This record gives sequence, structure tokens and C-alpha cells, in this order.
Amino acid sequence: MTTVLEPEEVATSAKTAARGGLIFEHSNRGRRGYQLPPLDVPEDAEALPPSLTRGLIDEELEISEVGVIRHFTRLSKLNVSIDAGMYPLGSCTMKHNPRLNEEIARVPGFALSHPLQADHQVQGNLELLWNLEQALREILGMPAVTLQPVAGAHGELTGVLLIHRALARGGNPRKYVLIPDSAHGTNPASAAFAGYEIKELKSNARGNVDVETLANAVNEDVAALMITVPNTLGVFEPDIRKFADILHAKGAYLYCDGANLNSFVGMARPGDMGIDVIHSNLHKTFSTPHGGGGPGAGPVGVSAGLVPYLPTPRVERRADGTFYLEHHYPDSIGRMRAFNGNFGVLVRALTYIRSMGPTGLRRIAQLAVLNANYIRARLRGHYHLPYDAPTLHEVVFNDKKQQEHHVATLDIAKRLMDYGFHPPTIYFPLIVAGALMIEPTESEPKEELDAFCDAMIAIAAEAAERPELVRTAPHTTPVRRLDEARAARQPVLRWRKTR
Amino acid sequence: MTLPNPLDDSNTHRYIPNASADIAAMLKTIGVDSIERLFDTIPADVKLDRLLDLPGPWSEIESRRWFRGLAAKNKSAADHLSFLGAGAYLHYQPACIDQLLTRAEFLTSYTPYQPEVSQGTLQSIFEYQTHQCLLTGLDVANASLYDGSTALCEAVLLAQRVAKGRNTVIVAKSVHPQYVETLRTYVQNLGIEIVQAGWTNDGRVDTAALRAACTSDVFAIAVQSPNFLGVIEDYDAVVDVATGAGAVKIAVVCEATSLGIVTPPGAHGFDICVGEGQAWGIPTQFGGPYVGFMVVKDELKRHMPGRLVGETVDVDGKRAYVLTLATREQHIRRAKATSNICTNEALIALAANMYLSLMGKAGLREVGSQCLQKAAYLRKQLAAIASVSLPFSGPIYNELVVRTPYPAKEILMDLEHEKILGGIPLSDFFLGHDHDFLVAVTELHTKEQLDRYAAALTAAVARERR
Repeated sequence: MTTVLEPEEVATSAKTAARGGLIFEHSNRGRRGYQLPPLDVPEDAEALPPSLTRGLIDEELEISEVGVIRHFTRLSKLNVSIDAGMYPLGSCTMKHNPRLNEEIARVPGFALSHPLQADHQVQGNLELLWNLEQALREILGMPAVTLQPVAGAHGELTGVLLIHRALARGGNPRKYVLIPDSAHGTNPASAAFAGYEIKELKSNARGNVDVETLANAVNEDVAALMITVPNTLGVFEPDIRKFADILHAKGAYLYCDGANLNSFVGMARPGDMGIDVIHSNLHKTFSTPHGGGGPGAGPVGVSAGLVPYLPTPRVERRADGTFYLEHHYPDSIGRMRAFNGNFGVLVRALTYIRSMGPTGLRRIAQLAVLNANYIRARLRGHYHLPYDAPTLHEVVFNDKKQQEHHVATLDIAKRLMDYGFHPPTIYFPLIVAGALMIEPTESEPKEELDAFCDAMIAIAAEAAERPELVRTAPHTTPVRRLDEARAARQPVLRWRKTR
Repeated sequence: MTLPNPLDDSNTHRYIPNASADIAAMLKTIGVDSIERLFDTIPADVKLDRLLDLPGPWSEIESRRWFRGLAAKNKSAADHLSFLGAGAYLHYQPACIDQLLTRAEFLTSYTPYQPEVSQGTLQSIFEYQTHQCLLTGLDVANASLYDGSTALCEAVLLAQRVAKGRNTVIVAKSVHPQYVETLRTYVQNLGIEIVQAGWTNDGRVDTAALRAACTSDVFAIAVQSPNFLGVIEDYDAVVDVATGAGAVKIAVVCEATSLGIVTPPGAHGFDICVGEGQAWGIPTQFGGPYVGFMVVKDELKRHMPGRLVGETVDVDGKRAYVLTLATREQHIRRAKATSNICTNEALIALAANMYLSLMGKAGLREVGSQCLQKAAYLRKQLAAIASVSLPFSGPIYNELVVRTPYPAKEILMDLEHEKILGGIPLSDFFLGHDHDFLVAVTELHTKEQLDRYAAALTAAVARERR
């Protein structure tokens, strides 16, 4: 007798059946997923001494191409993505990733060029890098840019090392870097690896840093202030120029975390704010795909006084219009990475900057800020807004109202998945208890924003009327809530064959 | 200059959906009369009163024209026969990998902080971690680091955390020189001293020099194999010295396909293996994005930098994967984190997972074997050329140093005229090596191409002699 399954049961059984599982569990003796041409040189049995030759890798790893393609296609279906819908992670700028950028990065002349080729062989690459540096200089309003850092945190480390080197050249690298309590965790970590101790600055009731707070903290032991503009609440620092003056008067530097550049690109420039160092996450503002956590790129722009210390090599242009890599900068902090940075990411970013042009870049900030403020207006009656100051590209609510029904931010985030949305960033910034940090970006059309807001409003109602439904969410995802404590207590960090 | 009006639909852009009707309705809901009002918190004196001075906006047609024009100015493996290596290798790239990689669910998702909707990425990382353990013979791998050079930096920092109070690291001179440069940058303010140990005539690290440099302040020894000269190190001899000194043993692997045939660092007692995964079918693309890997002994796992994925179950008892041991990381531990890394190279790690899964244990062995055999063949052909010598006698995997009586750059220019990218001059990295260059061979080279290389080098040497 055959059993007829309801459609939902079919879906569940397909998910749980043996078709899932790890790639290693798909192995069957004798299968293969590859073919190489036959070896066409005479075989030399003594090419490698036996003492240096390993045995075959002692695990099953025999899978056909069909098996591999099906496995990864099925895995992909367990992810949500920006192409499937709004992905409003605050501070992450999950925007549309144009496919032209992917195509250009794969042009064989770029993709098959080698990082150690002579300059005359890679004039196209060097011209591209030079053009991207020029574009970022103009966008950031900074006199010079290095493209070497490959992530935001890598850019931070570069920037703080530059400050350290400049101060050390002046005789005293100093001891402390000041960081507001609303900052990303990478800021204190980067400053520590650059050799500094951290002093945390308290935010005021608007989520900003007070001029007095800063003035009292800055002295001859302070190397720099690292600040995110606008901050992680989405609030612009109105006193940013005063901050620069206070720091500069004491010989210290102003470092800007450019994670939130998307909110003012084309509308204002860090260089005009007195900022000395800024890193820009090309995987945020400039649309290079996040790829499940990377790759990225974190170019750093600097003020004139820091130019001699930039990482080497640097791309330069000769009078005849040819380009070369200059290695000789005796005061440089050195190289931040082997080779020439994440070139493939840089190609995508310049493609995007050219696609946008000056009008498009300005429109990014305008529409990103409009979208965020639209969400803020639609949700503010339904969720508590702990900081009421005007915000730019993101808005931070919390779970204060829902806590009355014992429903927390985590529950709201999980329930959003049932409505088909990736949750916002949660429990960050740390200065907001139960934060829900929403950044829609300019990529979202009004109808998607409305669908998101409708879902959030429906969840607020559910929190009051059917709190258990929210507390046990998600209900429709490939897996439900995980036992994260068990993962950490008894770590299983690799697959092993069960014999 | 008049700035464009966002409510004028001649200013819409294909990547930004909302047009004037949407904008007007949204402004009404917000309760302001213009988009500009939303920027009132930016002080007027820092607002830009002009458009940026940049080209564009370009259509796809214009962009293709310009960027393809740039690419056409390069000479590359696209139109030359290439023997370039030195940390970036041209290997077989299975066709399906790029197709799978550009699936939106992989390409356009973010860090899997929400495991219920990110199992695809999380499970793939868990598989990638497993592959790394199998290949290196060590216990615990992380989700990826930026590249091989920064992975070495993280390994040295990890080692110093473990060996408290010691401040000197010995790095073999035959470790990729750009990795060592990067390390110098990373540790410049951390009170760590880098001491280098040279090589002997076989191209292997000078273990006598290594032993001599082992003071009680040494917390780690790092060697690369195959090393920058192409020579496979005597791991046991290095481990012997390091163990005697109580130093953490770090192995660096720049040519990851070598792990398919050469005995892995874990089998020799290394504590940490770091390296560059580019050779697993990732395009050389002028240096990045690549993928750094780190695999350590189990007792070091809580000192690891970067993300780790672990296995657990959901509330229904179903097997599932999640980011774990996060208390090591910057978003929790801040200034006391084991590293500042956040964004890593997830998509490239995924590509590596796909490559390793497709090739399987037989394919990894065959790639390794073909690289080895073809390099051995070329080595014999080159050794037979009058006035060409091979300065290092040690065993090699797929790369070797070639010496002629003439400046390497002139020889290589001669080869370039034959449409051959013939090698990388060692003088770019070491003093006193003006006549030496590095030549790399992979499974992609045919016998005919290897013979053509030997013939072209014979002709180039003959030409220089005249």
C-alpha cells in the first residue's frame, strides 16, 4: 500500500531524507568527479623519495560530478540571499550585487594575470588600480588611498599602524586609542594589534560623543579617536569637525570607520570633516558580493601627513602615461599582505563606481536614507525607539514593548524568517539592550519595504496575542532553533568517519 | 552647479528601484517635504555642494568596452604560455565550480550569523574545515583567513599567546619573502623579534643555523614546504630542533596541491599548518581574492583566530551547523580577541571545498603526481642545456630555481618575445641572485609545452652569449 503525503510532509521528508548530509557521506567506492589528460611525460619513479610521499588521504572522498553539483545546489537552497529579497542587516549594507561586476572580474586578461608579473606586462591592471585610487580619493576627499587591505578590519589595522608610525617618527607613538562604546568590535581589536591600549568613551543620550567627553579624554598619551560616522545608531556626529580640532590640537589623529559610508556617499566627504584616516568596505558601499562572509576589500584613505607611511608597493603613473609599482618608500609601515590586495574585488568595485557615476553615487545615499526613514516612520508606533535622534541609513529599535509579553529581540528575529525575511542585526550596538538594527539600503523598492514593515507589525501583534508562536519561531526554515550551547561545550569541528 | 532632483525620473538608476511616485509617497509617510531634509543632521560646512568629479553613469555596453580594453593591455596566461608560480599557481579549474559559486544563495548571502537560514554556508564551512584537517593531518581548521601571508601572521601571534613571555620567532629565509614582509608589518609594535635562518646547497633550511638561533626566547619556528626555492623541506629535522627548544612548530604551505602527494605537516609533529589555498583551482587574478587556511592541534583550538563552525542539533534533534567558540572573537572579546578578523574569504573557501570534493582522494593524488612528474621532466631537460644550471639539489614538487650566466630579466624578456612568461626573477626578493629565476610547472602543461620551454631557454641563452 502506498502512503500519500500531504505537500508539507513531502517537503519535510525531502529535507530530512538521506539526500541531505555532508559531502563525505555521498562517497561511493570507485566513483570520480574529475578527469585529467593522461600523463604525457616519462614517469620517474624516483621523482619523490618514499619518505616524503604520503599515503592516499584516508577517508572516503569519491563522488561523481553529478553528486557534487547536486550536493552544492541543495546546500545553496538552505541559504537566504539578497537576490531572493530584502536582507536588512544593520551595518552590513546588503545591497544589490550587479552581475556585470562578476562578468568583468572574469575577463581572462584580468583573471589569468599573475601577481608577480613585470609591470610592463600588467599595464591594464595597474591602470585599473590607479583609476580606482583616483575615484576613491575623490569620493572620500582624501589626498591618497591604499588598495592593499582586503577587509574592513584589515583596513583598520593598516590605518592604526599608519598613525603609530607617524607618531613614532615624531618621537612618541603614545599609549591609547579612544573608542566610543557604540563601536564595532573590530575597532578595539585592530587598535590592540597595532600596539595600543583602549579607552572607551561613553555615548550621550543621543548616541553621540559629547565634545566635552572627548576634550576631557584627549591628552598627550592619546594617539587617536576611532569613530564610526554616522555611528552604529545611524546618527551623524554633528561635532565631527570639532572632534578633529580637539585631537589635532593635541597632536592626535581622527580615524573614521567607513562602514557606514553608504549613508553619505556623494553628499559629503570624510576629507572635508578633518578626518585623517578612513577605511571603506568595498563589499558594503561599492556592492561587491558578501559571498557568505567574504571576500571583501578595505582600502584606506589618508590625510597628507600620513602619505609617506602608506603600505608598499604603491601604483604610480609616469609622465608618459605608463604605470608601475613603486616599492621604495623608506618610511612605509610595510606590506599588509602578499601580492596586490584582493584585485578581483577591486575590479568589481570600480565597475560599480563607473556604473553609478556621480549622479548615481549621490542617489545611493539619498535613497538609502529615505528607505531607512520610511521603515522608521512605519514601525515607530509598534517598536520602541531607544534613541530618538534623526537617523540616516539605518534605524535601531529594541524589544522593550514586546518584553511586556516576554518576547525578546531574538524571538522577533527568528519569527521574521517565517515571513521570508532575513532578520536585522540583533543585540548590536551594545549600548542598546535588545537592539534590532535595520539597514534596508537603496536597493529595496517601496513594496518590499512595505512587506517587511507589515511582517514586523504582524509580529508585534503576535507578540501580544500569541507570544508562544513567536518564542518558538522559526517554524518554516530548513532547521529550527539550534542548541548553540552544546556546539560550544562539546565542540565537533570536523566530520569523522564512523567505522 | 545644479544638483540632480531625486524626484525627476530622468535621474533614476537601474540598480535603485524607487522612482518619483514611490519617493513622494514615502516622504509623505515620513512627514518631510524633501529627501534633502533627511540630511539636515550633516552640518552644512561639510556637505558637498557639487557632484563628484567622476565619469559615468555608464551602461553595461560602455563598461564592457572600457574594461575589456584595459584587460587587453595585459599580457597574461590568457595569451601566453605561463610558468609563473612563487605562491600563485595556474591549475585546472573544473567548469562547474564557477557556475555553482555564482548561485545567488552563495554569492549574495552574508556571514551566517542566523543559522536557521544559513545552513548552506555553515555546512559548507564545516566540510571545508574537514578537508583541511584531512589534507594537513592536523585536528582543527578555521573557516578561512585572508590569504597565506596573513595566515602566517595569525599563526605567529597564536604561538606567542601560547608560549607566554618569549618574544623571538625564527622564520626560514626560504619562506615566501612577501609573507615575511607582511609578518614584519603585523608584529612591528608588539615586541616580537624575527630571526631568519638561511639555506644550504640543497635549498633546504640550514638546521645548524636554526639550532644556533634557538635561544630561550624563541617561541616558534616557521618553515615553508615546498619552500620559496621549490624545495621540499626535511620536516623531521626542523621538528627535532624546534622540539628541543620548546618552540611552537609552524608549517607554511604556499602550493596547496602538494598536500595531495607530499607527507603532510601533521604527520611530522607540527603544531600549526597555515597556507594559501589558491592552488585549489582559484584563478591567479593578480593576487586575490585567495584563501588563507589554518589548521592546528586540538589543544590550540581555543586560541584560534577567525570563525569556526561546529555541529549541533536543532530543537527537533536534527543535525545542524552553527558558528561556535565565538568568545575568542572581536565582536565578543573586543580588544582581547584572538584576532581582529571579521570578514574572511568565505566564497573562496567554498570554491576550495567544491574543488577538493570533485577531485576526491584520487584526483588530489593525480594532480600532485602530474605536477611532480612534469616538473621532474622539465628539470631534466633544463639540466641538459649547456650553461644552464640548477643551483639547488634538494627534492622538489613543481617548482625550481634556474640559473644562467646572464641576468635573469634579460633571459625572461627573450622568452616573453616567444610568448612565454618564463619565470620570476629571484633578484626581486634576494640580493645576489641576479641570474636566478623560479619556474613553476602544473598538470596543465603538456610535454610539447615543456619541450618548447626548454628549446626557448636554449635559444635565449645562445642569443645572450652572442
